[in-house]
Amino acid sequence: MTNHWIDLKNSDVIFAIGCNPAENHPISFRWIEQALDSGAKLISVDPRYTRTSSKADIYAQIRPGTDIAFLGGMINYALQNNMIHEEYVREYTNATFIVSEQFDFQDGMFCAFDDQEKSYDLKSWAYATDADGRPKRDMGMKDPKCVYQLMKNHYKRYDVDTVCAITGTPKEDYLKVAKAFCATGRPDKAGTILYAMGITQSTHGSQNVRAVALLQMLLGNIGIAGGGVNALRGESNVQGSTDYGLLFHILPGYLKSPEFDNVDLKAYLEKWTPKTKDPKSANWWGNTPKYTVSLLKAWYGDNATPENDFCYDYLPKRMGNYSYVKIMEKMGKGELEGLVCMGMNPAVGGPDSVAARQALGKLKWLVTADLWETETSIFWKRPGVDPKSIQTEVFMLPAASSIEKEGSISNSGRWAQWRYAAVHPLGDSRSDLHIIDEFYKRIKALYLKEGGAFPEPITKLSWNYGTGHEPDVHLVAKEINGYFTKDMTIVDKDKTLEFKKGDQVPMFKYLQDDGSTVSGCWIYCGSYTKEGNQMARRDASDPTGLGLFPKWSWCWPVNRRIIYNRASVNPAGAPFNPKRPVIAWDPLEKKWKGDVPDGPWPPMKDDKEGKYPFIMLPEGHGRLYALDMKDGPFPEHYEPVESPTRNLLSRVQSNPVVKVPSNVSSDTGKFPIIGTTYRVTEHWQAGAMTRSLPWLVELVPDMFVELSETLARQKGIKQGDMVKVSTERGSIQARALVTSRLKPFNVQGKLIEQVGMPWHFGYAGLATGDSGNVLTPTVGCANTGIPEFKAFLCNIEKGGKAA
Amino acid sequence: MGISRRQFLQRGALAGAAIALSGKPGEASVDAPELRTKGLKTTTTICPFCSVGCGLIVHTKDGKVVNAEGDPQHPINQGALCPKGGALFQIANNENRLQKVKYRAPGSDRWEEKSWDWALDRIARRMKETRDRTFKKTELNKKDNKEYVVNRTDGMAFFGGAGLDNEECYLWSKFARAMGVGQLEHQARL
Repeated sequence: MTNHWIDLKNSDVIFAIGCNPAENHPISFRWIEQALDSGAKLISVDPRYTRTSSKADIYAQIRPGTDIAFLGGMINYALQNNMIHEEYVREYTNATFIVSEQFDFQDGMFCAFDDQEKSYDLKSWAYATDADGRPKRDMGMKDPKCVYQLMKNHYKRYDVDTVCAITGTPKEDYLKVAKAFCATGRPDKAGTILYAMGITQSTHGSQNVRAVALLQMLLGNIGIAGGGVNALRGESNVQGSTDYGLLFHILPGYLKSPEFDNVDLKAYLEKWTPKTKDPKSANWWGNTPKYTVSLLKAWYGDNATPENDFCYDYLPKRMGNYSYVKIMEKMGKGELEGLVCMGMNPAVGGPDSVAARQALGKLKWLVTADLWETETSIFWKRPGVDPKSIQTEVFMLPAASSIEKEGSISNSGRWAQWRYAAVHPLGDSRSDLHIIDEFYKRIKALYLKEGGAFPEPITKLSWNYGTGHEPDVHLVAKEINGYFTKDMTIVDKDKTLEFKKGDQVPMFKYLQDDGSTVSGCWIYCGSYTKEGNQMARRDASDPTGLGLFPKWSWCWPVNRRIIYNRASVNPAGAPFNPKRPVIAWDPLEKKWKGDVPDGPWPPMKDDKEGKYPFIMLPEGHGRLYALDMKDGPFPEHYEPVESPTRNLLSRVQSNPVVKVPSNVSSDTGKFPIIGTTYRVTEHWQAGAMTRSLPWLVELVPDMFVELSETLARQKGIKQGDMVKVSTERGSIQARALVTSRLKPFNVQGKLIEQVGMPWHFGYAGLATGDSGNVLTPTVGCANTGIPEFKAFLCNIEKGGKAA
Repeated sequence: MGISRRQFLQRGALAGAAIALSGKPGEASVDAPELRTKGLKTTTTICPFCSVGCGLIVHTKDGKVVNAEGDPQHPINQGALCPKGGALFQIANNENRLQKVKYRAPGSDRWEEKSWDWALDRIARRMKETRDRTFKKTELNKKDNKEYVVNRTDGMAFFGGAGLDNEECYLWSKFARAMGVGQLEHQARL
C-alpha cells in the first residue's frame, strides 16, 4: 500500500475494485466504517454482490477481466468532465513530457511489435529528449505528442456506452461510480482505491494496477491522507517475503537479481542504476550501488572486498524466466530433481492443480516444512493414485507456529511488527529459522569435507547468528538493518556524525558503496538501530490525529507512513488539503512537520534544493505513461485469454504479448459460462491453516460452487445439489450454492452466466473437498506471470458423486 | 425502509447514556467470577492470516496456550478479531499439528517417523548431490552464441513462504542465492 489500514478513515470515497475487504480483510472495515460514519461513500465493483457490496453506497457489476475498460472509462470521464487535479497533474506527473516521434497506437496495438517474438521494442516508446538528454516538456500540455494529449486520445475510445457494453455494467450504475469517485479530483477531497487479486490475477494484471495508478494520479490522490493505491495483500507476511526478494527476479530490497550479461559488479550497476540530468530529481534508485554493496557485505562479510567485486561473482545469474508457472512446467517434464517447500502448498494454491500434483511426482526428492499435512506433502497418496508408482522421496518437517517463535512480519501497510514466542514449539516442531540454519550448516560442512561444484558461494558465506540451538533472531534483524564495518565520519549537511565499527546504521542514506556498511535489506535500514528494536515499539500516540501512529512498530521506508507524501502539498509546500495535512513545510524552521517527508529537501519550488515528489523514478514525475511495461505505456483493454466474447474495443482479442498455451479454450460451445475463484472469511489461502481448526470448519465445512438463480433453473440445479464444473484443465464436484449474489452479464445483448467458487479446499486436513484450482489456467500476466485465476470459461452440470 | 444499523446503534448509545445519567453507577457483583486469565503469562503477537496485521494477546499457563484474544491496545484492531484470528487458540492446541519428522521412501505408501538429525543429514546430502550434478558454471546465450558465467544450480527449486517471519525470509533468500538457486518463488507470484 502507498498508505496503510487506519488511513482509510480519512477517505471521502473508498473505491473497492477486484477486492472484497469485508470478507477477506474484515478488520479493515473498522476503518472503512469510521470513514462512512464521517460521511464518506463506499463503492464496490465486483462480478458478485459480495459482503463488501452489501455495505456499499454504490455497487456496480463488472464482468471478470474487464477492469481496464471500467477504469479506462473513468479516466476518460475525469478528463472529459474536467475533474482532474490540474496542478498536481501538471507539476507532479509526466503529463507534460513529450514522447518520441516514433510512438504510435493503432487499433489495439502499440508501435514496434515483433510478430515472431510476440514482443514490443520498448525503446520506441521513450521520451523525446533535448540536446542534453533531458526529456522535452510542454507545460501547457497542448503538444500532440505530450503524454497528456496522447492519454486523452487513447481513452477517448473508452466512452461510457462502449465501456458498459464490454463490462456488462448497467449504465446508470457505471455513471454513479464515475461521478462519485472522480469527484475526489478536488484538492480537498481524498479518494482511495483498494484492490486485490481481482485486479492482479489476469493476463493484463499489472496493467490493471497501472490503470488504478493512472486514475489516482489524475485525481491527485497519491501521497495524501485517505488516498493512495492500496493493495490488500493476502498473507500475514507476503509483504515481507516480497521485500526480502523471495522471487526469481529480485534480491532483498527490490534490487534486481543479476542477469547473465551483467558480467561483473560494474556491468550490473551500470545496467540497473538509473541516471538523471535533472538536479530537481532525487532519483533515489541512483543509490543502487550503495544498497547492492551493503547487501553483498551482509552476505559475504569480510570475504567481500573491492578487489573481488564484493563476491558478486558468487551470485547466480539468470537467463530466462523462472517464475512459478515455468518451474512447474519444468518439474512436469521431469527436469527438476528436488524442491524445498517452506510453508507453501502448490498442490492447491497454484493453477492447474492436476498438472501440479503430477509434476510433484516427477521429483527425486521433496522437502516440506509446515504445521500440518498438506496436499503437497501427501501428494503421493492423494485420491486416485497408487503410491507404488511415485518414486519421490518426501521429507515432511514439522514447523513451529507463529506464537512458538520470535520475529517480525510486515503487514500490507508496510508496518514491520515484532511478535514473541508464547510457548515452545509444539512437540518436536521447530522454527523455519532453525530449519534453514540447519540446512546451511550441514551443507557447508559437507562441502568443506568433500568439495564439489564451486563450493565458495556456500563456504565463504557470512553466517554468524550466535551459538544457540537456532540463530539469534535479533542478530539476524540487526544484520538486516545493517552496521558499519569500520569507524566512519559522515558529514550530513551541517552535521558531522561519528560512527564506530559495529554501530547500527541509523538510516539508509548513510549506507555506502565502498564496503564500509553492511545491510541485508536497505529498505529495513532504521528498523533496528542503536536505540533498539524499532519494530517492537508499542507507543499508541497519534499526534496528527490522522492515524499515522508514528511510534507503533516501524514501517519502511524510514518509518514514513504515507509514501509520496511530497505530492500532498503544492510546489510551495502548503498542503492541498489543510484539514488533513500529511506534511507541511514550516518556512521559519525550514523543515517539514507531520509524517516523515518523502525526502527532507525543501519544497519543489525552491530553486536550489527543491525536489520532485516521485523520488523512485529517474525523472521524479509520476508516470501516466509508462516506459518499462512489456505490453504498453498505457493500459489497454483486452479480453481474458478464455473469453465468451470478441473484444469490442479493437481487433486484438487478448494481450498480444502473452503466449497462449495449449491448455486453454475459448470454445463457448463446450464452455459457455464464465468461471472465477475467490475466498471466504472463514478459510485462508490453500486451506492448510484453517481446514483443521474445528471452529472454522464448523462455520464453512464444505467446498461449494456459487451460481445464479437463472443458471440454476436452466440446469435443473437446486441449492445443495452436487454439481460438476469443468474446464479445459479438469473438473471438480461440489455442492451448489444458488444465490442472487450472482447475476448473468449482458454481453452485447446476450446474457452470459458466471459461476464462482472458493479455492481453499483439497484432500488433506479435517475438512476436505475438491480444489477450485483444478479448473484454472496457468496463462498469466505479461509482466509478472501471475495466472489468470479470475476469468476463465467453464461448464456446469448437475450430478457427480456425493462428497 | 426502516432505519439503518448505524442509525440504530447511534440511537442505542444515546438511550444508554440517558439511562446512565439517571441511575447510580454500576457495581461489580460479589458473586462475579474473576477473569480466568488473571495472573497468567501474557505475550503479544500479530495474527498469522491476512495482511491487516491485527494484534493479539496470548495467555499461557504451564507452558500451554490457554487463550488468545485481540489486543485492545493495538491501534489497527483495538481488540477485535475476525473468525480466523479468533481461532488462533486452535492452532496452538490441535491434535493435527505435525509434531514429528516424517519420511516417505520412494514407492512407499506410508510415513515413517525419523529424527531431525537423520532427516537433516539426508536432506543436506540430497541438496548437495543435486547441486553438484546440475550446477551450471556457464550457459550459452542463443542470441549471440556466447558462453556466459552463470554459476547456477538448475536442478532444484526453492518455494516459500509468505507465512515466514522477515528474519526467516532473509535467511532463506541468503541461503538460496548462496546455493546458486535461481528458481526461487513463493505465494506472491500467485
